Amino acid sequence: MKVISWRLISIIGILVVSVLYILPTLRPGVWPYKKINLGLDLQGGMHLVLEVEVDKAVESTVDRLYHEMRTRLKQEGIRHGGLERVKTPAEALAVQLSTEDQLEKFNTLLDKEYADLAILDKSESGGQTALVLGLRNEDADHIKRLAVDQALETIRNRIDEFGVSEPDIRRQGDRRILIQLPGIKDPQRAKDLIGRTALLEFKLVDESRDPAKISKGGEPPGTQLLHEVRTDPSTNRTIKTPYLLKKRAALTGAYLTDARVMIDNRYNEPYVSLEFDKKGAKIFAKVTREHKKERLAIVLDNNVYSAPVIQDEIPNGQAQITGNFSMDEARDLAIVLRAGALPAPVKILEERTVGPSLGADSIKAGRLSMMVGGLVVVIFMVIYYNFAGIIADIALAMNILIVAAGLAMFQATLTLPGIAGIILTIGLAVDANVLVFERIREELSRGKPPRAAVEAGYARSALTILDANVTTLIAAVVLFQFGTGPIKGFAVTLSLGVLASLFTALILSRSIFDYLLITRKQTRLSI
Amino acid sequence: MQFIKSNVNIDFIGKRKAAFYLSLAMIVVSIVSLVANKGPRYGIDFSGGSEVKVGFSEPMEAKVLRSTLKEIGVANATIQEEMGGELGAVKGTRYLIRTDQAEEGAKEFFAKIKTDLQNATGSTVEIRAFDMVGPQVGQDLQEQALMAMFFALLFITIYISGRFELKWMLSGVMAGALAGAVYALSIFNVSIPFLIVAALLVALVLFWVLELKYAMGAIVALIHDVTITVGIFSIFDKEFTLPIIAALLTIIGYSLNDTIIVFDRIRENLRKHHRLSLARTINRSINETLSRTLLTSLTTLAVVLALFTLGGGIIHDFAFALIVGVLIGTYSSVFVASPILLSWQGKSKTA
Repeated sequence: MKVISWRLISIIGILVVSVLYILPTLRPGVWPYKKINLGLDLQGGMHLVLEVEVDKAVESTVDRLYHEMRTRLKQEGIRHGGLERVKTPAEALAVQLSTEDQLEKFNTLLDKEYADLAILDKSESGGQTALVLGLRNEDADHIKRLAVDQALETIRNRIDEFGVSEPDIRRQGDRRILIQLPGIKDPQRAKDLIGRTALLEFKLVDESRDPAKISKGGEPPGTQLLHEVRTDPSTNRTIKTPYLLKKRAALTGAYLTDARVMIDNRYNEPYVSLEFDKKGAKIFAKVTREHKKERLAIVLDNNVYSAPVIQDEIPNGQAQITGNFSMDEARDLAIVLRAGALPAPVKILEERTVGPSLGADSIKAGRLSMMVGGLVVVIFMVIYYNFAGIIADIALAMNILIVAAGLAMFQATLTLPGIAGIILTIGLAVDANVLVFERIREELSRGKPPRAAVEAGYARSALTILDANVTTLIAAVVLFQFGTGPIKGFAVTLSLGVLASLFTALILSRSIFDYLLITRKQTRLSI
Repeated sequence: MQFIKSNVNIDFIGKRKAAFYLSLAMIVVSIVSLVANKGPRYGIDFSGGSEVKVGFSEPMEAKVLRSTLKEIGVANATIQEEMGGELGAVKGTRYLIRTDQAEEGAKEFFAKIKTDLQNATGSTVEIRAFDMVGPQVGQDLQEQALMAMFFALLFITIYISGRFELKWMLSGVMAGALAGAVYALSIFNVSIPFLIVAALLVALVLFWVLELKYAMGAIVALIHDVTITVGIFSIFDKEFTLPIIAALLTIIGYSLNDTIIVFDRIRENLRKHHRLSLARTINRSINETLSRTLLTSLTTLAVVLALFTLGGGIIHDFAFALIVGVLIGTYSSVFVASPILLSWQGKSKTA
């Protein structure tokens, strides 16, 4: 029959495709398609959502402009009544100019070199002009966007170097970054690696004052108080040494070309050796030449690592960071230095870590409940509907096969709620068959012959089944839209299950009935 | 085999008053419990905080664990033995520790908890899972979850009015207006729960005025189901997490499934037997589909029960929500959604 033939083709087609897609999961290597992806909750791993504190990027840009302008004003010999860094109402610079001549010179400098600064506020009183200069909104937005882009790139580099298989790193919303690291063994270490700003600075030590006598906040202008924290390995006590440093960095990690772990021959301790590019080497040479016998502190994220005395000029752009590291610490430090600093600090907003044992337990529990639930339903169907029950069970088996194949085909991720979705599909999949079977029974009880009863049963329930499934599908699609990882997995399996049950109920089980009643010409129907 | 004889004729519609009071009582109890407990008990997904699942090599008493945590400086932590127990786990070896610290505050907590517990208890400690959700993310997730529920309800009602009353245009325009209003209001920072309650009320009034009977019946039944499920969660002091939201949406889909099948039969019987009164037609339709309604609920319950007992800790509450939902959903499609179709009878005799 013509009708049977197109149904048969679609059934065989879907069966073959499903088996093909499921094969790599059951027997890897049969053909090179990917296995079903397991979610982090099943295979173990870490999920992080970071926020890039973009306002800090704007802040440091204005900081830089402030330092630059100070120097330029001095160089150009423009006298002024004070240049200040202000934070309200916006990140800005406030400058006082007392004469017409000063104002004119200042404006020329502004036009020539500071095109990106806008005049936010201007007031004049008694010949004095007060200007507030800041970034335009669109420029600030650009800096923020760029900060997130750069952070994303930097984090990606760090993770690549750290060595995680199949990491997923992507932007989420305006300023958030989503990171998924499957199978990570040491989550704390990975977090430290990712979250570290890694801003490397070389700062001169101000030795004119005793840092022990200066309290936080009471530093003389242009200097800052930072600490070196060291743990004594023999007593396990932490020692905090204060340093008074020039606020302005003599050199930063931006000029680094390489950072690698070396082993100190004398103490057998790892350290990180740094190499600067040409420009960096030049600056380094100049600083070491001009400040011989002074101390230069190596500062990473506002922690002093060491502050050696400059013995001689260092012309080749080589430096090293020591600080009794473990091998792992030194390796991670080298990675973050090579990958570069984050343009702004990041904050961990959300973290979900699943250990491998919990994942394995979840798979086991999911598999067991699937088998028990499935078996109960399968047996029940046969008891209740006799032979027709077997047809429903065949449809059910096919249903699960299609859902699994769909997962592999679309490279969707199977999560624990996803397994729950499959189990729920088992319950829902028989529903379509129950609907049809009940209808057939109704028609039979009205005295219709089996063939006509099956015909009428399907004809009458097809639309109902469609309506009922579309609504479940709507709920699943909404879930998919809103959900995060595990929930998305649930939505995917539920949608696949609904679609598959439409196919198995309306086409597969129908064909089996038709085969028995039309081709095999059976006259009795066991339902 | 047959549970329900084909000539069954139970007077469901006649019992609609009793059902109405039962539903009302359940809803009132739900709301009272929610108010008394100051809203649902949010898990860290929505409230923010940290949660660690720890496994000990030897059984440990919660009391010991609590004092140990206090010693290592983790105050106000809640400790709970993992529910539903993993397979093969010895009793007293799996615990859930939760604090409301998040973001920077949680850093220390996670970095130290393993070694601290190990040192203090002398048992080998395994961190099975660690979750931290910052307050902002929790807030975002809360809003997203409510939005998801709202939009699911909205789209479903459009579909129902479209399919059952062929009023695609009307329901589409209405849905568009509602979605637009919600969007407009959300710009003004109206709190989301308030917004959605308002939108639902407006939707109900519109359905009533426009006589979108089927949509009205369906949405009232859904609100009924969700409210009672949330209420039961509150009564049992269970936690609201992301998977529970997924369960609620599944309940919406499932309960609707039932409702639509009854509605479909009502529509069919209205065409076939136009001499019967609406009430008798509805009752007849419910009886005709009763067998299927019960069977499907039964098979679904069977698999959900398997999940509940064997699925392990994480899935435990999720399955619990589904069990409640399947029961309430089955009840509501018979006793809530269908009787609502009768509500317009007093209004116009032609109904």
